[in-house]
Amino acid sequence: MAKKVDFDTPALSEYLQIPVLQEGAMAHSSPFVAKPAHQEPLNFPGELVEDWHDQAIAKMEDLSKTSRSFSLFLDICVHCGSCTDKCHYFIGTADPKNMPVARQELLRSVYRRYFTFAGKYFPNLVGAKDLTRETLDEWHSYFHQCSECRRCSVFCPYGIDTAEITMAARDILDAVGYGQKYDNEILTKVLKIGNNLGLPGPALAATLEDCEEDLEEETGLPVRMPLNEKGADVLLITPSADFFAEPHIDGLMGYAKVFHQAGISWTMSDYASEGANFGMFIGNYPTMKKVAERIRTAALELGVKRVIVGECGHAWRVAYSFWNTLAGTGHGAAADDKYAQMLQKQLDPRYPAPQHIIEFTYDLLQRNALKIDKSANDHRTVTFHDSCNVARGTGMGGIERGQFILPREVIKAVVNNYVEMDSSTMFEETFCCGGGGGLLTDDLMELRVKGALPRMNALKKVFDDEGVDTLAAICAICKSQFTKVLPFYDMPMHMITSVHQLVGDALVFENND
Amino acid sequence: MLTGLFAILFYAATAILVVGVANRIAAYWRTPAPLKIPTMPAPRTQGGMVYRMGREVVLFESLFRSNKWIWIFGWMFHMALFLVLLRHGRYFQESPWFLTEVVQPFGKYGGFAMIAGLAGLWGRRFLVERIRYISTPSDHLMLILLLGIGISGMMMTMVAHTDIVALKHFMIGLMVFDWKPLPADPVLIAHLSLVIILMVIFPISKLMHAPGIFFSPTRNQIDDSREKRHIAPWAAEMEK
Repeated sequence: MAKKVDFDTPALSEYLQIPVLQEGAMAHSSPFVAKPAHQEPLNFPGELVEDWHDQAIAKMEDLSKTSRSFSLFLDICVHCGSCTDKCHYFIGTADPKNMPVARQELLRSVYRRYFTFAGKYFPNLVGAKDLTRETLDEWHSYFHQCSECRRCSVFCPYGIDTAEITMAARDILDAVGYGQKYDNEILTKVLKIGNNLGLPGPALAATLEDCEEDLEEETGLPVRMPLNEKGADVLLITPSADFFAEPHIDGLMGYAKVFHQAGISWTMSDYASEGANFGMFIGNYPTMKKVAERIRTAALELGVKRVIVGECGHAWRVAYSFWNTLAGTGHGAAADDKYAQMLQKQLDPRYPAPQHIIEFTYDLLQRNALKIDKSANDHRTVTFHDSCNVARGTGMGGIERGQFILPREVIKAVVNNYVEMDSSTMFEETFCCGGGGGLLTDDLMELRVKGALPRMNALKKVFDDEGVDTLAAICAICKSQFTKVLPFYDMPMHMITSVHQLVGDALVFENND
Repeated sequence: MLTGLFAILFYAATAILVVGVANRIAAYWRTPAPLKIPTMPAPRTQGGMVYRMGREVVLFESLFRSNKWIWIFGWMFHMALFLVLLRHGRYFQESPWFLTEVVQPFGKYGGFAMIAGLAGLWGRRFLVERIRYISTPSDHLMLILLLGIGISGMMMTMVAHTDIVALKHFMIGLMVFDWKPLPADPVLIAHLSLVIILMVIFPISKLMHAPGIFFSPTRNQIDDSREKRHIAPWAAEMEK
């Protein structure tokens, strides 16, 4: 399994280089396998089942009936090559199996063999392959070298999304008892305790009290961090990394300052103290639904009118695109849809549900409801990293491209020195940080460092040429990943910052003057 | 003998093409997309989605954004094929209508663009390392088949004309089940044989990308997940 490997950090260059293929360059990279204790609570077999072959094929049959993208995307690829140079893991590792089409082919070859006429009768002609024990190992390796960032789907002439294929492959692996430890262990924790950290309610309460003390010291005001308060207007759902990690926690205090100054009653919930939903990473609908339903339950119990989501990329994708589907957390349910109506009747129709903290702060800024002193951030030169899930999986502000416009408007409202990175690495063409999609684990460190190459390349340019010293992001995974990989590329780890830290630093509290 | 054989082959190939493609489309139609997964930023209205899909189908927008070489060869081939197909309408109509008439010269020289596009795409399968790596034997054979159709067609247009009046009678005869003799021209027989092969493999090959794109959820979904609840029937069952 995962081995300690010495590796070289890829060299940065003036322009992004498409590497010469190095077959098998990352064949050794494979994450730890989930133990029974991480598999069984998710209703997956504890370990690889005896009849894994038949179970895997049955799971594929099931996927082809429940999800159109599965068979459609496996059927219609023409091998045009459009996606071949688009994946950050390919660019960083040169392993040809990290080209999106080649990654898909690992699953497609088996699908062809068992589910298509051509593959059943002319396997060699169409590259169809039997499902073997080695296939499973290869899947476990290479489907954990995809961060489900969807960059390839932007460039595919048919919109084939490798993220969908990766999710399907991980779902198959889980179904035969061959899951990934990091993801499934975390899912076990969130379903048992309420967050990915396994931080129990009392510990969370103590953490928030500490934050309140810090905030009072800083502002001279009783800025609150409420937990489990019934009757609050807003339920804040944020990634649990915000409760302990740097620079995340400064972002959390930033949200609290904004809520305080806006005078809006809000609360967090210890039952639903997690915005992240790793159910998406493993492509398992029932698991993803269970995690999403905890938020629905908390919203119903606390009687909130709005649900606001903190800075987390894939959480925002799940919230924005999937919550309404998974747990009726949104608007526009059919009149006879009792399940969804229950919560939708309670939510205030004047606000989008769910709403991103950036949308919330942006609205306040538009209404001049916040008192800002931009010069508080004058010691910084800031650039912004579009997180892959936010960029290609969500929207903001109810306008097309809002997910690019709103975060930038918020940043520009609170800082004077803002610099944009090379536009071919930004917006919907943004590169993943290298640690997304359930790969943010130490057993995949080589992959994470190499996968960060395209973003580091663009960042280094503004770091050297424009004096950028602050990299702002709205994703907990990006923040953790950059903290870890920046030093590999000779940039300081502390340059990564929460957008709401910038907001919080610029907020002026009258009483403090 | 030849006429009978090709008449039967054409009927069989047409049946396989129509039933096969209809079957696949029915499967795509029936299978839900359980989640909202448009590649963002996506249009927020039905009209916007149709416009996006139109740009994708007519201009190959995503491919253009990705790789200019693949786009040039691919778009040239597809658009030329479209003109050539339109031009072939004259073999199926007693007195060709306006569009078929207008397109004749374009379709005639479009054949060169079609062959050039195919040659370019095939060349990339040898010359570009990444594309060489992902190419299967069937990818090469598909291009050979299409090149064979194009070259045999252009042979009859430019080099050795076939008896197109007799061909037209044969084709129209097929459509009304009144068989007329097929000219025994080897180039024509080769051309038609390759077309029959193409028709037969269409539903079981990557050629399904043509109808398939319209069902692609990343391109045909609308960005309205917060405003409207989207749920698959099997997923709704989980809530009961």
